[in-house]
Amino acid sequence: MLFNEPSPLEVKVLTKRFGLPNSASIDTYLANGGYKSFEKSLEMTQEQIIQEVKDSNLRGRGGAGFPTGMKWGFLPRQSPKPKYIVVNSDESEPGTCKDRVLIENDPHLLIEGVLIAGQAVGAKAGYIYVRGEYRYLIDILDKAIDEAYARGYLGKNILGRGVEFELYTHTGAGAYECGEESALLESLEGNRGQPRIRPPFPAVAGLYACPTVLNNVETFASVPSILEMGGKAWADLGVPKAGGTKLTCLTGHVNKTGVYELPLGFPVEKMINELGGGIRGGKKMKAFIPGGSSCPVLTGDEAWPLTMDYDSMAKAGTMLGSGGVIIMDEDTDMVKAALRIMHFYQHESCGWCIPCREGTTWIKKLLTRLNQGVGTEKDIDLVGDLSANMLGRTFCPLGDAAAMPTASIVKKFRHEFEAKLQKAQISMAGAAKNPFVIV
Amino acid sequence: MTFSPQLEAKLEKLLNSYPAGRKKSALIPMLMFTQDEVGSITPELVQEVAKRIGIPPVQVDEVVTYYSMLHKKPMGKYHVQVCTNISCLLWDGDQLWEHACKKLGLGHKEVSADGQISLEEVECMGACSWAPAVQVNYDFHHRVTKEKFDQIIDSLKKPQ
Repeated sequence: MLFNEPSPLEVKVLTKRFGLPNSASIDTYLANGGYKSFEKSLEMTQEQIIQEVKDSNLRGRGGAGFPTGMKWGFLPRQSPKPKYIVVNSDESEPGTCKDRVLIENDPHLLIEGVLIAGQAVGAKAGYIYVRGEYRYLIDILDKAIDEAYARGYLGKNILGRGVEFELYTHTGAGAYECGEESALLESLEGNRGQPRIRPPFPAVAGLYACPTVLNNVETFASVPSILEMGGKAWADLGVPKAGGTKLTCLTGHVNKTGVYELPLGFPVEKMINELGGGIRGGKKMKAFIPGGSSCPVLTGDEAWPLTMDYDSMAKAGTMLGSGGVIIMDEDTDMVKAALRIMHFYQHESCGWCIPCREGTTWIKKLLTRLNQGVGTEKDIDLVGDLSANMLGRTFCPLGDAAAMPTASIVKKFRHEFEAKLQKAQISMAGAAKNPFVIV
Repeated sequence: MTFSPQLEAKLEKLLNSYPAGRKKSALIPMLMFTQDEVGSITPELVQEVAKRIGIPPVQVDEVVTYYSMLHKKPMGKYHVQVCTNISCLLWDGDQLWEHACKKLGLGHKEVSADGQISLEEVECMGACSWAPAVQVNYDFHHRVTKEKFDQIIDSLKKPQ
């Protein structure tokens, strides 16, 4: 099973069953308090469940950080149409590998969270949309779903209480864009994964134009512990306006990479030096990305004093995002990093709207040349201008996701772009003049 | 077209997973599962899937051209995927990719002459904390060094 050595610095709420023998089985789950929160939810009204989630200050763990209780509250109470629960397990944001660990080690925690969400909004069916690369997780989930049906936690008459809920897995086929909620719904309906114009939001018209709750795996997996502890106690694990714990993926140049469960508001310095065992090779940290490659990049100096929560990161001009922390040491080539990040977004742009489709392509071309030291100072400005022109001008956040890291790298590490240009020109001194270099 | 009994059972379960009138939802999973058996999305497979779901073949085609894991040309029996995205890059994923090209004598999306192995440089596959990562078909390999990569490839070549 995939998980790292637990650290005493972790606060294990969602991951408390990791490491138990057969942690993915329903027997282990039931023997360790599993499905008790769902049973509790059967005694509660919809308003009471949603109020607990609101009290918990749980914010969406996929990256956007929208308050979950409020999102659930947007669904119409009375609806002539069926309602659906959809789980976003398309985890594709570079740097993020937490949902995979959650499902692999404790799939029933996700199922229980989905069941509670179903109770909260009156939905009778749900789909878990899993990215295509995670096929083995679909097998794990299918087995867990079969177990839940066999024990009466799913089906037409759950626990003999007259409650109905059907749950299915659904595979994607390789598309970052399908992690965006409306594109995911298009894909789930059998179409190309292109975003929808919103409003209407999924709470009103989601899957099959029916009211839909759509959340990330970790968001649903947080819900059973919220009902178990009570929303307020769960909120107190974190900081004001951001309750609970967050699965954090340490990646890049840090000694102990891995997925750790940390209370919101955990200090960056402690996370890297104590939990992560410091920067690899005792080097300095040049750059820090808090939550997946779409977040604006911070310099090491900017990041050290911060804490891992939504407000702290927002004040520093970036986002907590998905929890995919990317750490780059002093030797990292930031131009190359910017190019690799843009290569990804250019590849994944669905092509539907022009600022994203053309913007990512142009910027990738410019960065490819700049990475080789080819171009002029004006090309560096142009990368910044194009990023600024994409920002906020696309149907879905993919354009922003491409623009934000790029604009911040150009702004904060401009000297590295200039150094590449200068180095290339010096190396050509005396040689035939490269016609592509305009001095 | 007929598929193996196991796949037929899987497809039947799949088609029953969606509400009445929403069979098109089964399209992408059906393409993924059948591709695993057929080897690629052939023109015959497009027709078959269209027939089973009850949509025009062009609607199948427009989906096939969108998703990166759906291939119109057959990939190798072992499809080797090397991630070079940012977290893997920071652990020398780009050098691992160059090594993979040399070791296999293949480039991006190329297939060996005997059809056994194909190679692809892929985007983030969700193994960032255990970078650099390689996937062979659906199997993950973590913290892949050049030596470990060679071992993986050599184990594929052994008769099984």
